Amino acid sequence: MLAEVIFYLLAALTLGSAMIVAFSRNIIHSAFSLLGAFMGVVGIYLLLAADFVAMVQLLIYVGGILVLTIFAVMLTAGIADVTISNRAVGRVPALVTIGIVGIVMLFAVYRTPWHHAEKIAVDPTTYAIGNAFLTEYVLPFEVASLVLLTALIGAIVISRHEAKE
Amino acid sequence: MGALTLNHFLVLGLLLFLLGTYCVLTRRNAIGILMGVELILNSANINYIAFAFYGGGRYDGQVFAIFVIMLAAAEAVIGLAVVLGIYQNFKTIDVGAAQTLRG
Repeated sequence: MLAEVIFYLLAALTLGSAMIVAFSRNIIHSAFSLLGAFMGVVGIYLLLAADFVAMVQLLIYVGGILVLTIFAVMLTAGIADVTISNRAVGRVPALVTIGIVGIVMLFAVYRTPWHHAEKIAVDPTTYAIGNAFLTEYVLPFEVASLVLLTALIGAIVISRHEAKE
Repeated sequence: MGALTLNHFLVLGLLLFLLGTYCVLTRRNAIGILMGVELILNSANINYIAFAFYGGGRYDGQVFAIFVIMLAAAEAVIGLAVVLGIYQNFKTIDVGAAQTLRG
């Protein structure tokens, strides 16, 4: 019962913030309400006994990506203009598209007989995830470090100023 | 947590995905589009974690969620660097203005 109340509160926080992100005409309001959406998702992860992933989400999304997004919003001056934040596809075609996609996916969610485990484990997950990273998933783990290095170098190359000679 | 089922979390992920898709479809502002992509990636992660929780005893879903978070970080860094580069060249980040791919 308590878990249900917590779930609905977190879902309301997440979806409410996401609605401001999607519907607000002012991009700065969108950027700041991204915080609510990410924090709601952190709560959902904790509710699903994924403690390590929740902390990673808190560090990387809230501490990294969100701050980066807000910086980018503020560095591009005049961005708060409604004329810049205007719409690409009209509101109606977009709503029709997500309506169709939503109905199809809702159908899939409710019609599929999902496998439910009888015993649900709520142990601390850090040890198991660390083991998985260094045994079963060691190749993707190493490739991930290479991807991050490439992204780092790529971002520096793209955003640096050319030296004037 | 008896009353909460997998479907609760799947529907939450679905709604978050739809909001993210709406954001990507309707915005011309490049940073707004990136925000929509972040919402979509979060909705996928909710599904991963929910399947890991209700699958019982396996942690593959959580491992994949961490990979998705890592890729989201790389995507945000590259995406925002590109957006700032476009802004320096075009003085706007309207995606319609940057169709030519020339500086």
